[in-house]
Amino acid sequence: MSGPLIPDPAAPLTASGNLRRRLIVSRAAEIAATAAAVIAIAVLVIVVYTVVARGAKAIDFDFIFTGYPTGVGPMLLGTIVIALVATAMAMPLGVLIALFLSEYAGSRAAGPLKLTLDLLNGLPSIILGLFVFALLVDHKQQSGFAGSVALAIIELPLIARGSQEVLLLVPEALREASDALGVARWRSVLTVVLPTALGGIVTSTVLAVARAAGETAPLILASSVFDPKKFSVNPFEALPNVPVWIYKLSEEGNPEGFTEAWGMSLLLVSIILFASLGARALLARSKRKLSSS
Amino acid sequence: MNSRLDLVNANTDAYGEEPSIPSRVRIQPGAEPQTSVNVDPFAVRTLAAPELVFDSRDVSIFYGAKQALTAVTLGIRRGQITALIGPSGCGKTTFLRSLNRMNDTVPGFRIEGRISYHGHDIYGGNVDRVEVRRRIGMVFQKPNPFPKSIYDNVAWAPRNLGLRRGLDERVENALRAAALWDEVKDRLKDSALGLSGGQQQRLCIARAIAIEPDVLLLDEPASALDPIATAAIEELMHTLKGRFTIVIVTHNMQQAARVADRTAFFSLETGGEKPVGTLIEVDETARIFAEPRDPRTRDYVSGRFG
Amino acid sequence: MSTIAHPAARAGGHGTKVSPLRTRADRFGDRALFGICLLAALIAGAVIVLVGYQIAHGASPAISKFGFGFVYETVWQPNFGVFGAGSLLFGTAITSAFALLLGAPIAIAIGLFLTLLAPRGVRGVVGPLVELLAAIPSVILGFWGLLVLAPFVQSKLEPFLHDKFRFIPLFGAPQTTGLSVFTGSLILTIMVIPIVASISRDLFESVPAELQDGASALGATRWEVVRGIVLPTTSSGVVAACILGLGRALGEAIAVSQVIGAGSEIKASLFETGDTLASRIALQFPGALTELHKASLFYCGVILLVIGLASNLIAQWIGRRFSFGGAVNG
Repeated sequence: MSGPLIPDPAAPLTASGNLRRRLIVSRAAEIAATAAAVIAIAVLVIVVYTVVARGAKAIDFDFIFTGYPTGVGPMLLGTIVIALVATAMAMPLGVLIALFLSEYAGSRAAGPLKLTLDLLNGLPSIILGLFVFALLVDHKQQSGFAGSVALAIIELPLIARGSQEVLLLVPEALREASDALGVARWRSVLTVVLPTALGGIVTSTVLAVARAAGETAPLILASSVFDPKKFSVNPFEALPNVPVWIYKLSEEGNPEGFTEAWGMSLLLVSIILFASLGARALLARSKRKLSSS
Repeated sequence: MNSRLDLVNANTDAYGEEPSIPSRVRIQPGAEPQTSVNVDPFAVRTLAAPELVFDSRDVSIFYGAKQALTAVTLGIRRGQITALIGPSGCGKTTFLRSLNRMNDTVPGFRIEGRISYHGHDIYGGNVDRVEVRRRIGMVFQKPNPFPKSIYDNVAWAPRNLGLRRGLDERVENALRAAALWDEVKDRLKDSALGLSGGQQQRLCIARAIAIEPDVLLLDEPASALDPIATAAIEELMHTLKGRFTIVIVTHNMQQAARVADRTAFFSLETGGEKPVGTLIEVDETARIFAEPRDPRTRDYVSGRFG
Repeated sequence: MSTIAHPAARAGGHGTKVSPLRTRADRFGDRALFGICLLAALIAGAVIVLVGYQIAHGASPAISKFGFGFVYETVWQPNFGVFGAGSLLFGTAITSAFALLLGAPIAIAIGLFLTLLAPRGVRGVVGPLVELLAAIPSVILGFWGLLVLAPFVQSKLEPFLHDKFRFIPLFGAPQTTGLSVFTGSLILTIMVIPIVASISRDLFESVPAELQDGASALGATRWEVVRGIVLPTTSSGVVAACILGLGRALGEAIAVSQVIGAGSEIKASLFETGDTLASRIALQFPGALTELHKASLFYCGVILLVIGLASNLIAQWIGRRFSFGGAVNG
């Protein structure tokens, strides 16, 4: 029963008026929010568990180091090559863009550039697949390089934004001290600012690679017709790669292929998850160190 | 509508006498005040001391391993303004915030001893925190108006509480009681963030009294304001006391001297290994400033008065 | 503090003699570095323009053949050279809308949980776990959807919903495989949740503690503080986050293609097969033989690009115009 709306001050401090009902509502909201978090965690756990449970039995030495039909070595190698080539293109470009944003750009130039990076980040990867197809594959041939270009476009905004955040944290005092010593701008950027931010830049790159390594859509269009028996590091022809192979196996409907696909999924997910977690933790730490110094 | 707010507004004299309402009165909108005890109104003035609203016994407060306050025994009396003064870091804000359980969310908070509110242990088992804050309101050091209109700032809490009838009147009464009505009555729908600092703080006071709490806790309410706004707040407190029990933390001794009936002096005691906040002395304001009993109090108050 | 003055003057100011040669090299170095950085920035812009151009160029045979009607015609017959993206657009809209309607409230609730409910230890664990959900590659999520989710949906979820809600045309009779618009939408929901949750979490964390304290001190329950203070002050940022999540759902090709069943018609029931623009490209492009087929898929890409860019720009605009803080872009 609800008492008077203005409670008697001397009454015991239990819920008065409509408070009991409001507390029930608040409790229900808390339960709903907790349930939402539980749902998300549950999905993650179920997916990871499935991958581990079904994939672990596929993995052995042969799986990693030999080619089809006993293993997926060429696919692993190809993915590494494609990712390396992509990062070799994206990292310098991304760091230079980050330098531009942190050292040179006024707010007028920074706005459009940040918008550009955000738009690049939002491009669906299938569109990037069509893009590199039209640019590099059509009327020519498939190549790992074309896939790398698409992955580089995916990595670029992530590296640029992550590096920029770290560069901004480099204390202004460092740059000023360098100026006071008569050192040229370009020298202090290359020898003082960049090295200080290097840790954060590297971890941003790792995160970007982790993201790009799992992208399938561009590779479907750029590097999907390959020989799964052959180990190759030549990016100018179609390179075997993990995501496309998983996709193909998933569409084939063959149970042995499924096991192989689970095995590859386990490898891919493990590397990506550990790299993501580790890089994120390291990034948080180097940001903390920089902003407290 | 008979309510505390109406009676506050009737007392426009800054140094008005305490209205003769006996204790334990239940006031409801639309009803005549019912007394549960037959008391001759004139007899109230001859009572020895007003009842204790808060009775703090041997209260020590810890944040994790660090002790912030030790053995505070202090009574807050009804209808009076009690000031907590002392140097910074001596735990007066910590003590204040313990009175409405605002310290609960601070990590590692632990309290020993007992704080009673009208005889009930504030940290007791059946106590509902939200109910505590409904009866014991707080105004913070830095004005913190919601990013809503002036009207909605004041009306927000009453709406939550279901006090929807007569809402316009309630808002007006609260703004009048906070001496803000005339300045904002034509722009109630404007954003509260457009007000000056002093106005925002008075809005926060209006917001707090709109739900007719029993107690108002003020944490250095004027420290972020200029002298003119400060004077307005101090004048406000004289009109509010009597209807609300007020506890104010202030680092400004002149303010305490101007406004408070009783003053409690806290300080940092470095007797043990680490400095801990301690209650040194509490008494009528006049006596604390004129003839303090403890030498530490004397040092503090004379140091500032010069 | 010294400012960046002319190198020669600076060097002279410190009393050291600097040869003009070195000063010129320094100035060249400064300009070169600036130039390279500027070039990099321009390359980024050029890439976007180039992408737009190549997609449009690739679509031009189909655009000139089908015109704007491509957008609503639903017949898609590669063998007869007839292409219309109507059903694909419908599928894109339905799956993305479903993912947003189901995923956004869950994600916002997770954001609230992480900021306001969870004790510090729990927050440190649950937060990264939710972000890990975003790190799962879409091909693996789609594969899991194919082998785990679809059978479950087909054997338990769809019959249940069909039983209880069959009066709503959305919940028609389940078909045999569990590959359906419904399963595709569920997969998209899983992808949308981490994006919206992490941005929402940043937004909720940025609500000043003193506002929440002020609300609590007025005797408000936790939910009332959320409803009255936290949500209203972050509302536009949350909307922008949802639109970003929507953009993700719109563009997802691989995972959707694995579970949606590649249907070509517009059907009322969620439990039928369907397809989306992105998924159709992924499924048919590798095997497309005729130029018109490829061009039509490029045309799908054009539509996808337009709605993808539009949603991204709208999200940026809302995030910039109304909310405080740049959490949306972060």
